[in-house]
Amino acid sequence: MSEQNFSSGPLEYQTEQSRLNILGFWIFLAAELALFSTLFATYAVLSGRTADAPAPFELFEPTSTLIMTFLLLTSSFTCGIAVHEMRNGSKKGLLTWLIVTLLLGFAFLGFEIDEFITYVHEGATLQSSAYWSAFFILAGTHGLHVTLGAGWMILLVIQLMQRGITRVTSRKVFIVSLYWHFLDVVWIFIFTSVYLIGMVM
Amino acid sequence: MKLDEFFVTGEPLIYGGMVAIVLVTSAIIFLLTYFKKWKWLWREWLTTVDHKKIGIMYILSALAMLFRGGMDALMMRTQLAVPDLNFLSAQHYDEIFTTHGTVMIIFMAMPFLIGLMNIVVPLQIGARDFAFPFVNALSFWSFFFGALLFNVSFVIGGSPDAGWTSYTPLSGAALSPGPGQNFYLMGLQLAGIGTLATGINLMVTILKMRAPGMKMFKMPIFTWSSLITCFIIIFAFPILTVALALLTIDRIFGSQFFTLTGEGLPMMWANLFWMWGHPEVYIVVLPAFGIFSEVIATFAHKRIFGYSAMVWSIIIIAGLSFLVWVHHFFTMGAGAFVNSVFSVSTMLIAVPTGVKIFNWLGTLHKSKIEFSTAMLWALSFIPSFVIGGVTGVMLGMAAADYQFHNSYFLVAHFHYVLIAGTVFACFAGLTYWYPKMFGHKLNERLGKWSFWLFLIGFHVCFLPQYFIGLDGMPRRIFHIGPEWFTLNFLSTIGAFGMGIGFAIFVYNIYYSFRYSKRETTGDAWGGRTLEWATPTPVPPYNFATLPEVNNIDAFMEMKEKGETTFDEKKLQPIHMPSNSGKPFIMMAILFFASFALVFEWITLAAIGLAGGLIMMIIRSFDYDEGYHFSVNEIKQIEQSRRGLDHE
Amino acid sequence: MEHKTKRIPVKHIIGFILSLALTIVAAWAALGSDLPKGWVITGIMVLAVIQAAIQLFMFMHMTESASGNGHIPWNMMFHGFVIVAIVVAGSLFTMSYGFGHHHNDSPAHQQQHGEHMHD
Repeated sequence: MSEQNFSSGPLEYQTEQSRLNILGFWIFLAAELALFSTLFATYAVLSGRTADAPAPFELFEPTSTLIMTFLLLTSSFTCGIAVHEMRNGSKKGLLTWLIVTLLLGFAFLGFEIDEFITYVHEGATLQSSAYWSAFFILAGTHGLHVTLGAGWMILLVIQLMQRGITRVTSRKVFIVSLYWHFLDVVWIFIFTSVYLIGMVM
Repeated sequence: MKLDEFFVTGEPLIYGGMVAIVLVTSAIIFLLTYFKKWKWLWREWLTTVDHKKIGIMYILSALAMLFRGGMDALMMRTQLAVPDLNFLSAQHYDEIFTTHGTVMIIFMAMPFLIGLMNIVVPLQIGARDFAFPFVNALSFWSFFFGALLFNVSFVIGGSPDAGWTSYTPLSGAALSPGPGQNFYLMGLQLAGIGTLATGINLMVTILKMRAPGMKMFKMPIFTWSSLITCFIIIFAFPILTVALALLTIDRIFGSQFFTLTGEGLPMMWANLFWMWGHPEVYIVVLPAFGIFSEVIATFAHKRIFGYSAMVWSIIIIAGLSFLVWVHHFFTMGAGAFVNSVFSVSTMLIAVPTGVKIFNWLGTLHKSKIEFSTAMLWALSFIPSFVIGGVTGVMLGMAAADYQFHNSYFLVAHFHYVLIAGTVFACFAGLTYWYPKMFGHKLNERLGKWSFWLFLIGFHVCFLPQYFIGLDGMPRRIFHIGPEWFTLNFLSTIGAFGMGIGFAIFVYNIYYSFRYSKRETTGDAWGGRTLEWATPTPVPPYNFATLPEVNNIDAFMEMKEKGETTFDEKKLQPIHMPSNSGKPFIMMAILFFASFALVFEWITLAAIGLAGGLIMMIIRSFDYDEGYHFSVNEIKQIEQSRRGLDHE
Repeated sequence: MEHKTKRIPVKHIIGFILSLALTIVAAWAALGSDLPKGWVITGIMVLAVIQAAIQLFMFMHMTESASGNGHIPWNMMFHGFVIVAIVVAGSLFTMSYGFGHHHNDSPAHQQQHGEHMHD
């Protein structure tokens, strides 16, 4: 195996264990792709099966969907900036941008919860039909991932305040950033294939 | 809930089971207390992160599950031996064929193979442990508690009874109310977490932690097959996770995925189940191919024939395994075009598999075969598996499948593939690597007795089932007609033959523990790959120093050059991970959460889930860096284990 | 290998602007344009794939050589997307294509079908 010098690269790649963890997380993300693909497949096969509940185009709101998308896209950007600041060695910059990311994430979740409550009031619930079961579980699984990601990020903010940017904390921040960007990828597909196509059909 | 709803009542056989459970549990508790072994159990086993010990725990649990699944099988065969027998009730029979299938695939075959991978793969590639030893412990405990949850159903709440495939709408809340199906869903879900984690863990280990010089195409075949198995696990298990979750939500929270109301689509379950289920077949058979390759190369005393063809055929099989799932439900009626596509892809799989058969034969050709027990299992695998494979191609023809579907022809086919493939491999692998694990061989004479009884029993049991199937006997019926009596009776005799073979195998473990000669060198069989370069018992860090690898038979080369894995000049302190009780505690908490969810006690389940999350938070704040073995400690360990300290 | 990353994260800013632009184009195509439905659906799915690529390459440093992980992350994500295609397209093919086909069968068609079986 080629001996590579890692000590001059970013801090999060400097130990063997860190590189293994980051690689393991990439592979985990590949597994997450398979997980979401199953939810997308279920959604696609069950689309149109609304039974007595309202059809999606009657309920979907273009404005709030777009706001949610922009919130999440921006949070993905700010998360990227946080890692950039970390690589510059700025703990203050890192913490600031992580907290901005968290706030955007919570705003996204707020909109999503509000949306779900509206749908339930309109008579589209988890129980009302196959289509709506698939919708709530697909969007809800993504929302749950965002919630877990946010909780994880809070833990890291605490650890960064305790320990500063070290080889271990930088690796953890890098991994949570991968997770956060990945959730943005998933959302792009939910936005396109659930909301946009739902409104076209 | 009343107590008689909580416990299963009214079945004398199950009362017997309860008594047995109470007796065995109290005996274990008594022995541990009497010999003051509780601390030892906790320190050496329950908190270990050592891949070799975790592997041994996997294999012990898998053997226990093989016993449980085997008892189910014997009860089924007894019920089917004679027409209209009422040894089991219809309900009890349904429960037993369900648990037999689930236990054998999920809780026996996979953990047995994962156990062997745990022990062998790091040793074969020259690694000191898994990439993530803590996660490895977590995986084991997730499997262990998943299996425990599933098996508890037999005395508490009632077993699932909708078949191991758990097809909807039968397994939905409307037609299967009560905890039975929930046990299936939560047991598999809990164990599935561990399987996925092992897949990722082992893949990183193999990709990044190989000895210097060991390129991908210099890895031993078993390591290759493990790597590809991990690839399948990583992409197939999330599909099962989702399918199980959707059905759980259907049953407990009233969603409409697989229901007959609300425009649900029951066959979507079959679609998702087999999207995981077919790759799953290869998860349990590819490592088996790897084991046979190692055993055959060792006892034919020859380098494996057609190494790269072997590797590529494994890769192609893995790819195709994701493209054939519909052949499990041709009779759904998706139409001629859909069925034809999957018929063709199914038959394609026979090609790379055939290549492998010829590779094994090529290895045996003009070699000096040493007929050890492990080799006997491997040799008998080839013709037996071919019978299973060829009948598989028959089933793969969509039009013919309309006749074979759900008949004993199918039952015979998958037992021929899974027993001759996976179970023979488990026995071969365990016998072969046993000296590496325990420091002594299994007795060869007893081993051969168990082999011949099991092999003959196997053919007597399952060959007739092809013919009963063609004669029209459907699977999953609990009364046979008189016209099927003779062959069924024969089949039952065979099943008991296998049972006796297994019993001798287990007795052999005890007998060898008492009487077998202890190994003094690490190389019990004249092995070819790196695992045999380590001393026996294997030190906690595996390799004191690593050799430079330039050959697929790395250890053969070392032996020629007179190298060992103890080169005093190159010694350096070795970093080791600390033991941890967290994996055990975390999974025990999730076990209680899942158990609560099985009975739909939502508040308790939520509390349990919160407990699991708290454990994850605690883990996140854990900055334990492990410890080091100093050069002197390594010297001492190596000298005593290599018998060098007397010189 | 660069020692210090640049002060201004140019790559991130370009990626961010691109992703906003692509989202607006997709939303316009679906909600504001009069293009045929089939075109819209294909078009916005392509835009989504491009957006995903932006995240993976520009934000997630998927191919960063300093990681020491070579092409493995790329390789696994690629196969992940292959699995996505198999699972989604395969489910639709199996669960909808065949059935749609049967539902539309006219009685005459079915009869023809029956005759074929006797052949």
